[in-house]
Amino acid sequence: MKILVCISHVPDTTSRINFIDNNQKFDTSGVQFIIGPYDDYALAKAVDLKEETGATVTVLNVGRAETEPTLRKALAIGADNAVRIDADPLDSIQVATLISNYAKGESFDMILMGRESIDYNGGVVHGLLGEMLNITSISPVMTLKLNGGSAEMTREIEGGKEQVEVAMPFIAGCQEPIAEWKIPNMRGIMTARSKPLDVIDGSAVDMHSDAGEYSLPKTKSGVKLIDPENIGELVNLLKNEAKVI
Amino acid sequence: MSIVVFVESSDKKVKKTSMEAVFYASKIDNNVIAVALGSAHDESQLGELGKWGATDVLLDSANKFDSGDLSLSASAISEVMKTKNAKILVLATSPFGSGLAACVAVQLNASLATNVAELPDTSSGFVVKRSIFTGKAFQNVNLTNENKVIAIKKNAVDVVENGSVINISSFSAEVDGEGKIKVKDVDMIQGDILLPEAERVVSAGRGLKGPENWGMVEELASVLKAATACSKPVSDMDWRPHHEHVGQTGIKVSPQLYIAIGISGAIQHLAGVNSSKTIVVINKDPEAPFFKEADYGIVGDAFEVVPKLIEALKANN
Repeated sequence: MKILVCISHVPDTTSRINFIDNNQKFDTSGVQFIIGPYDDYALAKAVDLKEETGATVTVLNVGRAETEPTLRKALAIGADNAVRIDADPLDSIQVATLISNYAKGESFDMILMGRESIDYNGGVVHGLLGEMLNITSISPVMTLKLNGGSAEMTREIEGGKEQVEVAMPFIAGCQEPIAEWKIPNMRGIMTARSKPLDVIDGSAVDMHSDAGEYSLPKTKSGVKLIDPENIGELVNLLKNEAKVI
Repeated sequence: MSIVVFVESSDKKVKKTSMEAVFYASKIDNNVIAVALGSAHDESQLGELGKWGATDVLLDSANKFDSGDLSLSASAISEVMKTKNAKILVLATSPFGSGLAACVAVQLNASLATNVAELPDTSSGFVVKRSIFTGKAFQNVNLTNENKVIAIKKNAVDVVENGSVINISSFSAEVDGEGKIKVKDVDMIQGDILLPEAERVVSAGRGLKGPENWGMVEELASVLKAATACSKPVSDMDWRPHHEHVGQTGIKVSPQLYIAIGISGAIQHLAGVNSSKTIVVINKDPEAPFFKEADYGIVGDAFEVVPKLIEALKANN
């Protein structure tokens, strides 16, 4: 069985977000990059399935050379080989097209990734890829169990969850609690250095959008503190000033 | 020309975010065709969409759409768009909505943007403002293809009535097959207000010391007709169910009122709540970082403050 895990290379969740060059560029100075937290769940699930079934796990990222340490970390966690599609990821359709072009020739039994990346929050690459490859895509997936040639999954829906069954191959956008995040051990880190990391050219893709200026949300004007002995004041403010009750 | 809006219902009620999508579309084009698929809809509820600017409502109530097969529903939407010569699809960003948006974008070779926070700026191109970095920033994106798919974020527009109830029409989409997903069981959370849709949210964290102390949180939520939520540590410790977890890797909420009780305000939690209109923080630690993001704060013991707040709200009702 062959599993593809697509990971994003994103700022750590505690990063302060700032922009430079007239708000045209994300300021990466002092920012630590990590495997996307949702993608980390997908990777952990793939490694669990590898232990269960002997599957091979390929990990993939669309990005420039600076994402290779992130791919190496995924190899240390347990992926067998890595693929970097060399391109600046500019929009979801471009990224999905590049992954689709690669995956077409590889006949993966399943493609796992996070439900969304935490930088641009598109949440659509799994859906796009499914439509491009004509494979069923499901997201967000909370549990996944193989059952012969198909998989049983728990899909979160607004206000609840569903148990669904889908035949392989399929694509799943993962979230907790599908598997426990894995921390690479020393042996993993050592073996990761010699695992294959292939670089594929990712130029020549039609663009569907043109990303422009960044901006930050309006900052709060400052908290109004209310005496706990005078709680009626809060009710009054919520009613007459904020007008939310 | 016309514009198509995909509409979702929950418990036979049209979702508020779908009403917002209809209203959003009516600000772009006068001909707004709302399309509903599957058996989860109530016909009179769909007719109400006229109030928010829909000029037509089309319903295909075939239950093959109920399994959440994105490609199948997308084919039906794409067909309507082609027949009606619509170049733009608007829908609400949601787990299903975003996936559907993706499939339609591939089928129609459209530009695609999710988490759109405002009406487009069409003065030069078709520029939408997307919420990115989990609410910590925005980016303007020009949608350059002729066809466009726009998934809006909750509260992207303030809806006001601009029409009246209309009659809905049935249609039967010409799509192949029954879908590839078999739904074996559905488990809906009973009696609660849907968290992503909620206008008021009462949320609590580790400061409450244990799941046995959630009674007052639930009572406060009930008085305010609010949904209940929690921080990640609380759902990790199974004090509360996972679907209540608000934050970077949980549910993102954008209610009118968010009350945080005993939550320090780690940046990961703030990422899930930072598009709330008004934030109230109750915490005994005056240094809690959440106070910097709050509109109103009470420095005090939650076990004393919350019961008093419940009494004050009851007296006000």
